[in-house]
Amino acid sequence: MTAGKQQHSVGVVKPRTAHFSEPLLLACGRELADYQLVYETYGELNSARSNAVLICHALSGHHHAAGYHDEDDKKPGWWEECIGPGKPIDTDRFYVVSLNNLGGCHGSTGPSSINPATGECWGPDFPPLRVRDWVNSQVRLADLLGVECWAAVIGGSLGGMQAMRWSLEYPDRVKHCVVIAAAMKLSAQNIAFNEIARQAIQADPDFAQGNYLKNGAIPAKGLALARMVGHITYLSDDAMASKFGRDLRLGSLEQGTEDEIEFQVESYLRYQGNQFSTNFDANTYILMTRALDYFDLAREYDNDPVAAFKRAQSDFLVLSFSTDWRFSPSRSREIVDALIAAGRPVTYAEIEADEGHDAFLMPIPRYVKLFSAYMQRVGGVD
Amino acid sequence: MRLDLAHIQKWIAPGSRVLDLGCGDGEFLDLLTTERQVKGMGLEIDEDNITAGVSRGLNIVQQNMDKGLANFPDNSFDTVVMAHALQAVHFPDRVLDEMLRIGGEGIVTFPNFGHWSCRLHLLSRGRMPVSRFMPYNWYDTPNIHFCTVQDFEHLCQERGIRILARDMVGNTRRRPLLASLWPNLFAVTAIYHITR
Repeated sequence: MTAGKQQHSVGVVKPRTAHFSEPLLLACGRELADYQLVYETYGELNSARSNAVLICHALSGHHHAAGYHDEDDKKPGWWEECIGPGKPIDTDRFYVVSLNNLGGCHGSTGPSSINPATGECWGPDFPPLRVRDWVNSQVRLADLLGVECWAAVIGGSLGGMQAMRWSLEYPDRVKHCVVIAAAMKLSAQNIAFNEIARQAIQADPDFAQGNYLKNGAIPAKGLALARMVGHITYLSDDAMASKFGRDLRLGSLEQGTEDEIEFQVESYLRYQGNQFSTNFDANTYILMTRALDYFDLAREYDNDPVAAFKRAQSDFLVLSFSTDWRFSPSRSREIVDALIAAGRPVTYAEIEADEGHDAFLMPIPRYVKLFSAYMQRVGGVD
Repeated sequence: MRLDLAHIQKWIAPGSRVLDLGCGDGEFLDLLTTERQVKGMGLEIDEDNITAGVSRGLNIVQQNMDKGLANFPDNSFDTVVMAHALQAVHFPDRVLDEMLRIGGEGIVTFPNFGHWSCRLHLLSRGRMPVSRFMPYNWYDTPNIHFCTVQDFEHLCQERGIRILARDMVGNTRRRPLLASLWPNLFAVTAIYHITR
């Protein structure tokens, strides 16, 4: 970390762990006797406790959303572009809470944790989770931190789904709900891509029906492949074209190459896959994609999203990106139209961006400007 | 504050729900929010305008009126406002119908193409008028459906739209007499309060 970096960053942050010993009843009917959540906070909670913002992470995210873990840390948190002093989620104004979700693999209780009943890793026996389970577990974190009402609950992609679920399950505890590049439910195509990712993991012999931790070998190949498939859906055709084109790493297009990795795009995907396979737990990946697949905002409201949003009491900011084909702008429009029909205050914009779904993590000027403009109204004492 | 916007305020009940079609940078909605405590929403397509409106604390939805307003339920607003956008939409008649479906009342303002200066310009120079109020050339103007005061009232009659009130803005602020006596000739901006 350099001085320049530190200037616009929350700087060095330390994760903390919260233990919850009250049993948590899950959507699947099972109960977690106790659990822990790893989280980070940035900024200060004001005396009125009115400036707390919750960050909900996406599929492969975690608690480390901003700042650096030590002085030598090269890579900042995953949403460094949007969280920090002077940034849209301005840590000079907000008390920002970011956690690793239940079922995660970055310190919160999940499939790689010890099951107290057996004394062994949960592995594939970890209960399946729904988005509402995350919300319910996050409520206890809010209680622990003394946050009665979030100034905003904010999330991109799967995080946006959590933010929406918050607004329906705990309407009096969310003032603003910020939903970026999300959808009210997955399409068949979305589920199909998730299934390919799961199949890639499960087909890896090292997966061993999810019991790989006992065997001391991780299904790295399967995880890498899962990530590669996922990654293609996060980028747009245009973004891939401009980033890699049809460029070869070595050799010529006339004669090909002896290299095992031929095109630049292959090299990129393999790198992403390999990085991921050493940092992420396969059972968590399966659990998280399942939570995504089953998320359906309005199912319990007679499949009527208008009826669902009539429960909400928060104001909404909904953002989409023009080249996002994973959760395209039309999916965000469905959210917006339901909010309009439900009479909720809503602001919506489709940001022109070449970066596809991943755009929500990028410092796109118009996005940052609009996001910042909206956040100005958040957190006032009223 | 644009003159035509200042006129509209009085027709808007305090605390009512207002939808502003083509809200620009949100100046008018902002005024209504402060002065009339309305619950407002603006529709806009220009990104800088959207950011400006959002900076004012307004709720702005990026939506192109020409692609329809079907996502707004019947009577979801008390008043639907469209200031200086009627002449720029593809189907002004349909937008008027939609305004009065979504809101109980509508307020429309538009530049009066029947103004004597337009007529004189066309008569003397034989070319489309370009002025302070209509600063575009015919080929690059967003204003594709100019009309006169009489045209508008004719359309209202045809469509069964009731005119609750009208207000005409002339060249000079202080003496709107000519504009109110002979609006089709002297009104620069026409302002209508309509319903069904």
